[in-house]
Amino acid sequence: MSFLSYLYAGLFYCAAMVMVVGVGRKVMVYTRIPAPLKIPTTPAPTTRFGVVGRMLREVVFFESLFKSSKWTWLFGWAFHFGLLLALIRHLRYFTEPVWSWVAFLQSAGIYGGYAMVFGLLGLWGRRFFVDRVRYISAPSDHLMLALILAIAGSGLLMKYVWHTDVVALKAFALGLLWFNWAPLPSDPILLIHLGLVICLMFVFPISKLLHVPGLFFSPTRNQVDDSREQRHAPTSV
Amino acid sequence: MKKVEFDIPVITNHPITPSIKEGAMAHVRPFVAKQGHQEALGFPGELVDDWHDKAIEKMRELLGKYRSLQVFMDSCVKCGACTDKCHYFLGTSDPKNMPVARQDLMRKVYRRYFTFAGKYFPKLVGAVDLTKEVLEDWYSYYHQCSECRRCSVYCPYGIDTAEVTMAGREILASVGVGQKYSNEIIGKVYKIGNNLGLPEKALANTLEDLEEEVKDDIDVDVRFPLDVKGADVLLVTPSADFFAEPHVDGLIGYAKVFHQAGVSWTLSSHASEAANFGLFIGSQDNMQKVAMRVREAALELGVKRIIVGECGHAWRVAYSYWNTLIGPFDFLDPKYPVPQHICESTYDLIQQGALKFNKEENDDKIVTFHDSCNVSRASRMGNMPGGQFVIPREIIKAACNHFVDMREDTIKEGTFCCGGGGGLLTDDLVELRVKGASPRVQALHEVIEQHGVTHMAAICAICKSQFTKVLPYYDMQMDMIISVHQLVGDALELGVER
Repeated sequence: MSFLSYLYAGLFYCAAMVMVVGVGRKVMVYTRIPAPLKIPTTPAPTTRFGVVGRMLREVVFFESLFKSSKWTWLFGWAFHFGLLLALIRHLRYFTEPVWSWVAFLQSAGIYGGYAMVFGLLGLWGRRFFVDRVRYISAPSDHLMLALILAIAGSGLLMKYVWHTDVVALKAFALGLLWFNWAPLPSDPILLIHLGLVICLMFVFPISKLLHVPGLFFSPTRNQVDDSREQRHAPTSV
Repeated sequence: MKKVEFDIPVITNHPITPSIKEGAMAHVRPFVAKQGHQEALGFPGELVDDWHDKAIEKMRELLGKYRSLQVFMDSCVKCGACTDKCHYFLGTSDPKNMPVARQDLMRKVYRRYFTFAGKYFPKLVGAVDLTKEVLEDWYSYYHQCSECRRCSVYCPYGIDTAEVTMAGREILASVGVGQKYSNEIIGKVYKIGNNLGLPEKALANTLEDLEEEVKDDIDVDVRFPLDVKGADVLLVTPSADFFAEPHVDGLIGYAKVFHQAGVSWTLSSHASEAANFGLFIGSQDNMQKVAMRVREAALELGVKRIIVGECGHAWRVAYSYWNTLIGPFDFLDPKYPVPQHICESTYDLIQQGALKFNKEENDDKIVTFHDSCNVSRASRMGNMPGGQFVIPREIIKAACNHFVDMREDTIKEGTFCCGGGGGLLTDDLVELRVKGASPRVQALHEVIEQHGVTHMAAICAICKSQFTKVLPYYDMQMDMIISVHQLVGDALELGVER
C-alpha cells in the first residue's frame, strides 16, 4: 500500500474523530447550558407532540426560510436535499452488499449532485448580487461555498469525465470502516475530492456548520408554549 | 408636517426594501444612564476602568446562563433571510440594523474570544477585538432594536435578535454604560411603584376623577377601585392607562366591562404598573424584582385572579415568565388562567352573553388592528396557538361594524413593531422612532387608501404612545390610534339586563 493510501486513511480517521468529538462536545455544551425562561417564537405548539411536528417541518422543509425568502429557500433547499441524495448514493461505498434502498436511489444521487451545484451557485450568487447579503458575508462564508461546490463539482467530474476505479475505491472505503486497509486509487481528481471532504469534516465543529446541531437546540423553536399550564422551573445559576 | 432635522421616509403605495447605506444611523444613540440610575439597579455608575475584561467576563457568564445566546452565536450561516425583515433597517437603510448584522456586532467578538477559528484566523471569519469603537457600536445599535422578534419568525434556526440585544445591553450596563430611559424608569418603579412615578395619593385622586368623568359622561356609577381587599380580580395595567391619551379611554373601557359583568376588581398601589423594563435591559434579576410586586400585591389583597391590561411587553413577561419568576400561583382560582389578559376576560364575557353592544356607536370609524410584537410573537391568548390574533379581532368586531385588516405580511406573526418598543420610547431617539415606524405606517397607508380606514386599534401602551407621537410626522392624525377597550367601552350597553 502506498504512502498516499496511508496518508488518506490516517486523515480520514483524524477528521472523523475531530468531527464527532467536536460536534459531540458542542452538543454537550448546549445540553448543559440552561434555558432559564420560556421563549418560543409564537404562535407555537402547545404540546410536546406539536413541537416535534414544528421541528420536523423546519428540518425537512425549512418552513421559516420559506416564509422569509422564496429564492433563498429554493437554493438552500435544493442544495441540502441534493446533498442528502448524494450522501445516500455514497453509502454504496460503505455497504456490502449494497442495501436495496441505496441501490434504488443511485440515479437520484446523480440528480442530487446537480441540485447541489444549482443551489450552491444560487446561494453564492446572492453573496455577490444582493447588497444586504454581500455586506454580511465574511471570507469564510465564500470559502465554505467554494469548498462544498468543489466537492460537488469534483464528484460530478468523476461521474462524467475522469472516471476512477470505483471497485478499488470501495475496497478502500470498506477497509477504513473495518480496519482492513486497502490501497486508494491515485487519480488526482479523486484525491482532490476526498481531500476536500476531509477539510470539510475538520472545519465542521469550528464553523457555521454548527447550525446542524444548533437548530435542534434553538429554544425559540423547540419549546412548548405552555408557560401558564406548566411551571417552567427556575434555574439556579 | 412637523419641522424636523432628519429625512422622513417617503410612504409609497407598495412596500420597498431599500439599498444599504452604511453608517446612516451611526449618530443615533440614547442618553447614557447617570450614576444614580445605574447604581439603583445594581450596576456600576460609570464606565469601569477594566471594562474590556469585565465585558468579556460578563459575556462568558451570559453564554453559560442562556442556551439561546450560545446556540445563536454559533448557528448563524449568514443566509440573509432576516436582512429585509427589521423595521429599523427598512426605515433607516443602515446595514447594521439588519438583524444578522446587529447580532454580528456581538458574534464577531464572541468568535475572537471564544472560538478556535476566531482566535487563530480572525480575518477569515470576521472576528475582532473588543475595542472602544466596538463598544460604542454596541451602545448605538443595541439601542436601535426594539426586541420585537420579527426576525426570529423568519430565521431558519429561530435565532432571535432580541436575545442578543438583551445580552448586549446587560453587558453594557454591567460595565457602567446603561441606558438612561429604561434604567431611570425601573428606578421609579422601585421607589414609587410605577413607570410614571405617580405616587399612591395622586393615583387615588386620578381614579376618583375618572369616576366623576364617567358619571358626567354617561350617568352611570362606574367604579375604579384601588387597594380593595378581598376583590376577586387584581388588575395590573400600564401606568400610562391612568392618564395618557388614548390609553385612559382603554382603562375606562375595562372598568365599564367589569361594571357591566359584575366583576369585583381592584387596582393596587403597590403594583400600579404592569410594564417591566427589566425585560428590555436583559436583566433577569431586575425583571424578577419588578414582577415580584405583583405577587406581593395579589397576596396582600387576597384576590382570586390576576388580569393584565393592554400592554405588549408586560403581557410577554406576565404570560411567559411570571410562573417561573414569581410563581407558582397556587393561591389563585385554578378555574381561570394565571395571568389572564384583559382581552381574554372580555372575550369570555362576550361569549357568555354578559356584554351587549350598540355597535352603531362606533359607526363613525373604520377600524384596523395593529398586532403588538410581544403579544404576537412572545405570548398567547386563549387556549389555541394564534389565539392572540383571533381574540382582539373578535372583540373589535363585536363592538364595531367596520373592521379591515392590513396587508397579511404586516399583521399577526409578521406584524411590524410600532418603532418605539423595547425601551426606545424616548425623545432622544425620535429619529429612530419615526423612521422605524415607516413599515407600519406604509401598511396603514394602504388600508387608508383602499378602505378609508380612520382608526388603528392597539393593545399596547407603548404602541399607543409611539403612534400618537410619530403619526403626525407622516401627516396622519395622532388620534387615529386608539385602545381596543375604548371601542369596547364606547359601544357597551351599560345598565341593561344581563
